[in-house]
Amino acid sequence: MSANRWWGRPATTLAACVARGELSAEQAVESGWEAASTWEGDVHAVAHADATVRARAARTAPPGPLRGVPVIVKDNLCTAGDYPTTCGSRILAGYRAPYDATVIRRLRAAGAVLTAKGNMDEFAMGSSTEFSCYGPTRNPYDLTRVPGGSSGGPAAAVAYGLAPLGLGSDTGGSVRQPAAFCGVFGLKPTYGRLSRYRLVAFGSSLDQVGLFARHAGDVALLYSLLAGPDLRDATTRASPPPDVSAWDRGVKGLSFGWPENLWREGVEPEVVAALEEAAACLERAGARRVAFDFLPGTYAVATYYLVATAEASSNLARFDGVRYGPRAPSTDVWSLYVRSRSQGFGPEVKRRILLGTYALSAGYYDAFYLKAQRARTRIRREYQAAFGRCDFMLLPVAPTLAFRLGEKTTDPLAMYLSDIFTIGANLAGIPGLAVPLGLAGSGLPRAVQLVGPEDSEPTLLRAGRALEVRGEVARLGREHETEFPWPMKR
Amino acid sequence: MSIDRDEVRRIADLARLEIAGGDVDRMAKELSAVLDFVAALNELDLADCEPTSMVPAAASLRDDEPDGRRLTSEAALAAAPERERDFFLVPPVVENVNP
Repeated sequence: MSANRWWGRPATTLAACVARGELSAEQAVESGWEAASTWEGDVHAVAHADATVRARAARTAPPGPLRGVPVIVKDNLCTAGDYPTTCGSRILAGYRAPYDATVIRRLRAAGAVLTAKGNMDEFAMGSSTEFSCYGPTRNPYDLTRVPGGSSGGPAAAVAYGLAPLGLGSDTGGSVRQPAAFCGVFGLKPTYGRLSRYRLVAFGSSLDQVGLFARHAGDVALLYSLLAGPDLRDATTRASPPPDVSAWDRGVKGLSFGWPENLWREGVEPEVVAALEEAAACLERAGARRVAFDFLPGTYAVATYYLVATAEASSNLARFDGVRYGPRAPSTDVWSLYVRSRSQGFGPEVKRRILLGTYALSAGYYDAFYLKAQRARTRIRREYQAAFGRCDFMLLPVAPTLAFRLGEKTTDPLAMYLSDIFTIGANLAGIPGLAVPLGLAGSGLPRAVQLVGPEDSEPTLLRAGRALEVRGEVARLGREHETEFPWPMKR
Repeated sequence: MSIDRDEVRRIADLARLEIAGGDVDRMAKELSAVLDFVAALNELDLADCEPTSMVPAAASLRDDEPDGRRLTSEAALAAAPERERDFFLVPPVVENVNP
């Protein structure tokens, strides 16, 4: 039996086959690497991998709901004893963390096998995975295009079949936007539901660990295994996380918001077409559409690029050449800091540190940082009002399908605006789910985003599942055979 | 709102970064463009909006609870660029005040 028979199957199916002994954990892991042998040379989704390490991990995986299931995790999640953790940055070249992130610990305990660390924009700053010290990742559906970012490596790898599951981090859309560009599911959970312990911090009031999968049911499983309080992360919520086991229940009786004013201009026709198709599917499945206007996303982007950069300038102060990472030769401490940081950080990280330092500096704090924090309150209220009228909102993930490599690297503002529909959820601390919706005429993946109030993951997954079966309720309750075409070499 | 070359150098000093001479102009231009964009926030009426620093549900932080674990010196020092015994080694921080 070819291991490739398993390619594209849900993680839940893979784990069930391993549990029944039809497939060994080693075979499950190597089936992903067969896909990689076709794709990885062109796509470059992987930052760190090691055949010996993954064989050992497969052999020793404990029994659990994910036993033998390969997972690729973003290079900013600390992993001890197997792979480096470098955040796509020269300033952490060769760094090996002495501890696992809590989400990594939970993955391992469930029997999952970490098969690679995924490429990313340096310190998660970017929307295209072009700002990595390892070079860019490419979109498996079109190698001239970006996979999105900043978690582009895990997204592309899950899309081409290295693993059915992936972990990323989402500070302003860094899981949802690459999921959309690569045609996979991407969940940014409610703030405080997944531990960030040993996720390398970027914007601490916004960062959440996010999930990638090719099937709605796999997102639900992964969420149920990883969500919940963690004594090592004081920002996790103490209450038990919401129960997502009813993800396959359909959307009858739910209502979804339709803020059409947001896509009247500046949004590609294919993106609008996907929204209309998604709305029709949800209605067919028994959900009700509620139209209203919503605050334009430009305000969220403006708020975000003050709040996130301010927090980043503070969080990244720890990278100074003293305790880890390469150190520039220096005879005094000042130049040790300045040279190590200037040689270690890439251009986008420097740009954001400077912007954040400026926004926090004496004389500008009130005009920028404080104003952004007030705008954040305004944006949160806007969502609260919307969720008084509907159970969740249907939104674009990004204004365009996957764009070309190099298209936005010389225009920071244009790159920032590709997050215009995702940033709001981070500012409000609410969950968002990117749902793939087949391919556009150009062959590029299409997607829509579902955003709901705090702890609405069960609702978002039900709606994501309804879209997965294209609104055909008769297909609920069966094992999902994806209709999504796997990427073809072009 | 615009940032000039001197301002870029001043912020870079605060951030312990060195911006190469040829990049200062470009950085000034890019940062100014972003600041022009964020000026859009002036269009919002924020009079009754208190600042949000964190979403409230998560802001109800608990006290620290020591759990007894500690990283060994060896593990903590394993990635040190330079060390001496159980210490991170850095250039002298304090000048010799009693020569």
